[in-house]
Amino acid sequence: MSVIDEIQADVLPPRRNRIWAKLRNNTAALFGALIVAFFVIIAVAAPILPIPGPAETDWGAVRKAPSTAHWMGTDELGRDLLSRMIWGAQASLLAGVVSVAIALSIGIPLGVLAGYCRGWTDAVISRVTEALLAAPFLILAIALAAFLGPSLRNAMIAIGLSAVPIFIRLARGQTMQVLTEDYVESAHAIGLSHRAIIGRYVLPNIVPPLLVQATLTIATAIIAEASLSFLGLGQQPPSPSWGSMLNTAKAFLEQAPWLAMWPGIAIFFVVLGFNLLGDGLRDALDPRNI
Amino acid sequence: MLSFIGRRLLIAIPTILLISIFVFFLQKLLPGDPVLALAGEDRNPEILEFLREKYRLNDPLYMQYFHWIGKALQGDLGMSLRTRQPVLELLGQKLPVTLQLATMALIIAVMIGIPAGIISAYHKGTWIDWLANIVALSGLSVPNFWLGIMMILLVSVKLGWLPASGYQPFFEDPLQSIRTMLMPAFVLGTGLAATLMRHTRSAMLGVLQSDYVRTARAKGLVERTVVIKHAMRNALIPIVTVVTLLFGELLAGAVLTEQIFTIPGFGKLVVDAVFNRDYAVVQGIVLCTAIAFILMNILADALYRVLNPRMNDQ
Amino acid sequence: MHITKLSVFTAALMLSASWVHAADLRIGLAEDPDILDPDQSRTFVGRIVYASLCDKLVEITPELEIIPALATAWEWSADGMTLTMNLRDDVTFHDGEPFNAQAVAANIDRSKNLPESRRKSQVKSITGTNVVDEYTIEIMLANPDATIMAQFADRAGMMLSPKATEEMGLDFGSAPVCAGPFSFTERVQQDRIVLSKFADYYRADEINFDSVTFLPIADDAVRLANLRAGDVHMIERLPATSVASVKADDSLLIEQAVSLGYQGLTINVNNSDRAKTPLGMDSKVRQALSLAIDREALNQVVFEGVFAAGNQPFPPTSPWYDASNPIPARDVAAAKALLAEAGAENIEIEVQVSTNPVAGQVVQVVQAMAAEAGIKINIVAKEFATLLKEQSAGAYEVSQIGWSGRVDPDGNIHQFMTCEGGINDSKYCNPAVDDLLNKARTSTDIATRKASYDSARTILVEDMPIIYLYHQTWIWALDDGVSGFTPYPDGMIRLHGVSAE
Repeated sequence: MSVIDEIQADVLPPRRNRIWAKLRNNTAALFGALIVAFFVIIAVAAPILPIPGPAETDWGAVRKAPSTAHWMGTDELGRDLLSRMIWGAQASLLAGVVSVAIALSIGIPLGVLAGYCRGWTDAVISRVTEALLAAPFLILAIALAAFLGPSLRNAMIAIGLSAVPIFIRLARGQTMQVLTEDYVESAHAIGLSHRAIIGRYVLPNIVPPLLVQATLTIATAIIAEASLSFLGLGQQPPSPSWGSMLNTAKAFLEQAPWLAMWPGIAIFFVVLGFNLLGDGLRDALDPRNI
Repeated sequence: MLSFIGRRLLIAIPTILLISIFVFFLQKLLPGDPVLALAGEDRNPEILEFLREKYRLNDPLYMQYFHWIGKALQGDLGMSLRTRQPVLELLGQKLPVTLQLATMALIIAVMIGIPAGIISAYHKGTWIDWLANIVALSGLSVPNFWLGIMMILLVSVKLGWLPASGYQPFFEDPLQSIRTMLMPAFVLGTGLAATLMRHTRSAMLGVLQSDYVRTARAKGLVERTVVIKHAMRNALIPIVTVVTLLFGELLAGAVLTEQIFTIPGFGKLVVDAVFNRDYAVVQGIVLCTAIAFILMNILADALYRVLNPRMNDQ
Repeated sequence: MHITKLSVFTAALMLSASWVHAADLRIGLAEDPDILDPDQSRTFVGRIVYASLCDKLVEITPELEIIPALATAWEWSADGMTLTMNLRDDVTFHDGEPFNAQAVAANIDRSKNLPESRRKSQVKSITGTNVVDEYTIEIMLANPDATIMAQFADRAGMMLSPKATEEMGLDFGSAPVCAGPFSFTERVQQDRIVLSKFADYYRADEINFDSVTFLPIADDAVRLANLRAGDVHMIERLPATSVASVKADDSLLIEQAVSLGYQGLTINVNNSDRAKTPLGMDSKVRQALSLAIDREALNQVVFEGVFAAGNQPFPPTSPWYDASNPIPARDVAAAKALLAEAGAENIEIEVQVSTNPVAGQVVQVVQAMAAEAGIKINIVAKEFATLLKEQSAGAYEVSQIGWSGRVDPDGNIHQFMTCEGGINDSKYCNPAVDDLLNKARTSTDIATRKASYDSARTILVEDMPIIYLYHQTWIWALDDGVSGFTPYPDGMIRLHGVSAE
């Protein structure tokens, strides 16, 4: 190691550690991460937890208020709400993550392609992206979900596809920005292949803002799933998801307000968690602060 | 400037064409027969076949598309299969409603979001910043249809302060009109306020750390002058463009809020039309809102260039 | 002092006087009606608007008897193929045109011959009309048809101004002109329909409102909230689960009437290859499924007992109900035995249902009950438009669907159960049933008709192409200031004699 490197190592910790330290210091982001972790854990642990099945009906215990027998009460067909909330966490979280995964897997390649190749490729991709962005996100999701048929899987596909243009645009913009950097020009100059440039320089540098956007879009996707379920297009009975639970709950707001309370609160916290996490990531990765 | 706008408009044309193709074929892909769906209970086959012929639903898809787009270019967007009302007339009826809702929501969002953003930027890192952030994010995180129903229960039923639903045209009775729209505008506006607050905060942060603000402070100017005169004016640039873009989104995105509060705007109309397979209505509305959105984008870009001459160099 | 007190008192008096009759009655509807043209419209909710907008040739009583309305008297010829009707002579349409036999002839002609008319199948048996004199008309039929009077009590009998239909043609719905107690003032789609009192209405003294505003509010909770907040005077189709809380509310009233229709499971017995399932091919399996269901419990769990369990197209309270085939009690053992006989223990069936939450709950209850008999049900939710299409095309095994019901029993059964029935999506076909149902619709003698329907019922209880589950109850919730409202089993809101303060 040269003298300069030694000095630098003393004064400044490695970049990755600095980001991690910033994140750790950001209480809001930690709070968000905790919330998300909590829900992920209970969603994953659902099958092994000592709770009754989410589809076990009980005609005698229809719409009972929270009690020792049913900690969160029962729903309109006598099923235990706590159990349905936990299983519903699986559905809602899955909806969020899978949709965004779909959007990323289509959006990033197309965006990078557009940003890297420019010319006609860019023109076509950009026009199509603009066209998709101009159609309102929820309308798009509704139309797609209606086309595919009402189910959780199709709702995830619909939301994912509707979110693709967001990532195309972001990936494209970030790619173009990276390409203006000097080190990329030098890379070209020394004859690195396109694949190497994209793999080594473009992708690692566009990951941070994409990660931030992905986290925030998970939050949007969870609300979108709830919205689609509210319209009857998401998870179908008897499988639970928070959104579809809200859909049935709105008929019983007076008689059984807890039916609407729990899913509403859960969605609120999960979405808040992802938003806080995303914000924290954005602050931590902000180049101005490093 | 004119050439810039002109160029953007020219580029917008293929985009709009793409939208038209896209929305047309998406509609057609929807399973379910519009004539059957609209037939309700009296769905005897004879009349259904007649209606299919009449509305050219048996023609090959590309022919139906050209027929539609041809008429659209002449200003005839077709007619609702459900009520035979011309789509253009429907749009004309719904536009003031949606515009009013969007404007009110935007006002609420601006009133809450911008001050919150400025305050939190100014007090960055303190508990004020943290609190403002959480409150703003809460606005984003609540599913707005849930918030809407809760508000109706509380404000209309329990307290009786505001009407639970319905719409009053603004020029007929401004006060009642605002009263009917207040809750849905609030529900929509709180979500927007969050986004607005964060953009304002980030814009203000960038500006507060910049050279000319440091110079202003060094000159010994009163803090308040620094903030208002220099920082805000420059932070307004990205904020204005965000507001213009948000307005475009609002125009089309109030879907669920309109359902809950029974506001007869675009959002409710288009969702019902999707479920009823009322093709012409969906196509017409999506096309129009898309065009409006694109125009908004161009306006935002133009505004940005006007407010920030440095952009012109790029 | 003196003058101010007097003026205050007068003002108070005037204000209270205006409170005796609410000028505008506001009614919350569950959906937005479609086109307001009785010949073209297809929705149930549209008929509610017509009840105040368009009078008909005849009306019904809550006991479903046919009584005079625009027609004062009617007589059948001996062979049952000519109907002579006498009409009122004091009726004008909203545009001032006189109501007479020529108008009736024009209306019947439009219902039959307008290409877009949805009423064609309802007036199919009419071959022509003959204007005898200004207020007498003869209607000729191709064959005796017992259902015609009931059709005249619905949209086919609504009288539209011939001048208006001629001028506006297909766009009549944008500004309908009829002869009902209220005339059309304005309509903003999905927002409101406003009707104003028609001064020359022949029963104007029974109408106590200057105007009626219909407000479509699709969300049930919001509709009720509007009523509670005082923004509407009454709402229709209150959900069954809200009945208890409305009853507990002193400022609200409830009115109910068991509907004419039913909800059930339509089984694909012969409509495309999807019918080749044990359920579709063997009536024993269908009977087993029916026996596995506890209809009373279903009614209790999903509707808090407010609706009515059912096993026939007519509710048990209907005069057409076949008492010799009562609602079977749940019998899981018998169901299992039948399945064993048919060699179909532990079968899996797919039930398609709309995305409506209540329908979903009904099917989930059936799913849980059937599971105990060894029938595994997979629920597939489809949007209503898709559901109808796939049902029509035979792309289903079992479909949860209902029918809103018609005054004449024929309307609840003929088009579903006859081989050539227009809405026979199960494609059930039994010539013996066809004969009985056709016989029932051509005889005007009630006893003969009932006997035919009962005989058909005996066969259908064996074959069971439709498993009837329950009958909806129409529930209205009203502000306690509204008085004089009579619930009708057809779900319509008739405003004669209704007043509000």
